[in-house]
Amino acid sequence: MRTGRSGLAPFLLLLPGGAWLVLFFAVPMAIMLALSLEQGSFDNGYTLTWNFGIYPEVISQYWDLYVRSAVFALATTAITLAVGYPVAYTIAFRGGRLKNALLLVVVLPFFVSFVIRTLNWRMILSDNGIVFGFLKDLHVIPQNFHFLATPASVIFGLTYNFLPFMILPLYVAIEKIDRRLIEAATDLYASRFQAFWRVTFVLSLPGVVAGSLLTFIPAIGDFITAEVIGAGNPQVFMVGNIIQRKFLDSLDYPSAAALGFVLVAVTMVLVSVYTRVVGSERLAG
Amino acid sequence: MSALAARTPAQHRRPLGDRLGSWILPGFTGLLLLFLFAPIAVMILFSFNDPQGRQNITWQGFTFRNYVDLWGRSQITDAMRNSLVVATISTLIATALGTMIGLALTRYSFPGRALMNLLIFIPMTAPEIILGASLLTLWITFGIARGILTILVAHVMFNISYVVVTVRARLAGMNQSLEEAGMDLYADSRTTFWKVTFPIIFPGILSAALLAFALSIDDYVITLFSAGSTKTFPLWVFGVSRLGIPPEVNVLGTLIFLVAFIFIGIQLWAQRRQGRSGAAAPVTLVGK
Repeated sequence: MRTGRSGLAPFLLLLPGGAWLVLFFAVPMAIMLALSLEQGSFDNGYTLTWNFGIYPEVISQYWDLYVRSAVFALATTAITLAVGYPVAYTIAFRGGRLKNALLLVVVLPFFVSFVIRTLNWRMILSDNGIVFGFLKDLHVIPQNFHFLATPASVIFGLTYNFLPFMILPLYVAIEKIDRRLIEAATDLYASRFQAFWRVTFVLSLPGVVAGSLLTFIPAIGDFITAEVIGAGNPQVFMVGNIIQRKFLDSLDYPSAAALGFVLVAVTMVLVSVYTRVVGSERLAG
Repeated sequence: MSALAARTPAQHRRPLGDRLGSWILPGFTGLLLLFLFAPIAVMILFSFNDPQGRQNITWQGFTFRNYVDLWGRSQITDAMRNSLVVATISTLIATALGTMIGLALTRYSFPGRALMNLLIFIPMTAPEIILGASLLTLWITFGIARGILTILVAHVMFNISYVVVTVRARLAGMNQSLEEAGMDLYADSRTTFWKVTFPIIFPGILSAALLAFALSIDDYVITLFSAGSTKTFPLWVFGVSRLGIPPEVNVLGTLIFLVAFIFIGIQLWAQRRQGRSGAAAPVTLVGK
């Protein structure tokens, strides 16, 4: 397969890009790790004291934010999957000649900056905005009803932003399925539901896994949605909001760095549990 | 047994649920597509609003003035210029470096491949805030002033991985016997690369560059940590919209949408003319 033999060529090709990634990804991660173990203040400087105690400290202080971030991200993943699956399925199996056009229609809104989209959702969903103002005028909902700054509103915003990340991998996986397999299942007296659940869905699992990861990982670290649609309400803050504030406002670098690494650890644990569960189900199914 | 035999396969394929499903699924899909466009519709509508105060929350009247007033504002043009400069240069650098890595990974076997793969994979899977924050610690530690250069470095960093993945997909699907044919016909390896390999993988490089440009111009999170007081377009938008969205934000959003709409329209038209599937395009073009 490979035409070249090991020589200098691959290293020359790798050197500039590899060096860039080492210098501006790997080294910063190491610095952030070291920073999390330092003590001191912004004014007097920090010294490395191998203060591992910072980790239990930030976890005990902010564990509820990790739980909230994980719950928000899990809910977002579940909703985008539930909503995105039928859409991906319809485009893949019923799209016909319009398949590509429909996919582009799914992606089109996302060419507009996500900051602008999120800001417009804040306006649409504001207390007296287009939706709730109208419903209040009709007395369908109480005058003091509000949606912004609630946990549901943050999950709503995350769901909107990550829907294409779910729909596209699902579409790719579903589109590949050989439809004769589904026909074979129904010919063998599987009900419509059984044929879907035990053939179509199982074959689309790679798309489900890819879409879930592409949604869950950015969602758990997000802070813009809680800032804009959550209207900066500390009751709906996610871990990202605290990390951002500590790094850019209160300049409390060691605990900000520690919070970041705990976030990475939480994400990795949840992702590996998920891929393991889905993987074993796939073998059993 | 007789009950089973009575259920013919033909009946099985078109039960009631299927006929119901024949309009439920397209209906649901249509509604979801409308939902995806809801904030875009509001953005376009309010770009023509004529607000009395600074707040642009309720509809006050129709005007084109927002579109005319836009061009004299130095804050806006500065932010736009910064975004375009960063996106263009970071796309060029990341595409070159990423394509080279993609070539090395598909064409050669060498010690440390697994490590290199890891180095490319992890930045794509780490939450953005971690990438941004760790770069901030680098700038702080070495006392590097944050500005357009640090933003540029950050954008190249997060774009390299996406370029490698996109280009590698194209290289992996390429028929290598074409290169061998070139060599057999006495082309040296350089000629073979430029006359055979490069033209074949060029569509992959182009879509990688488009993806990198789209990711760069829309990035908020990583940029925030490397920007200092420099403003790119997303940072400027966020800054001026703390209380309400000024009309000029919606005007610019509408213009960007228009460009994307025309771009996609052309792509669809070209696909129809070619009559072949181009499903890879929207998949690789989706932004963050």
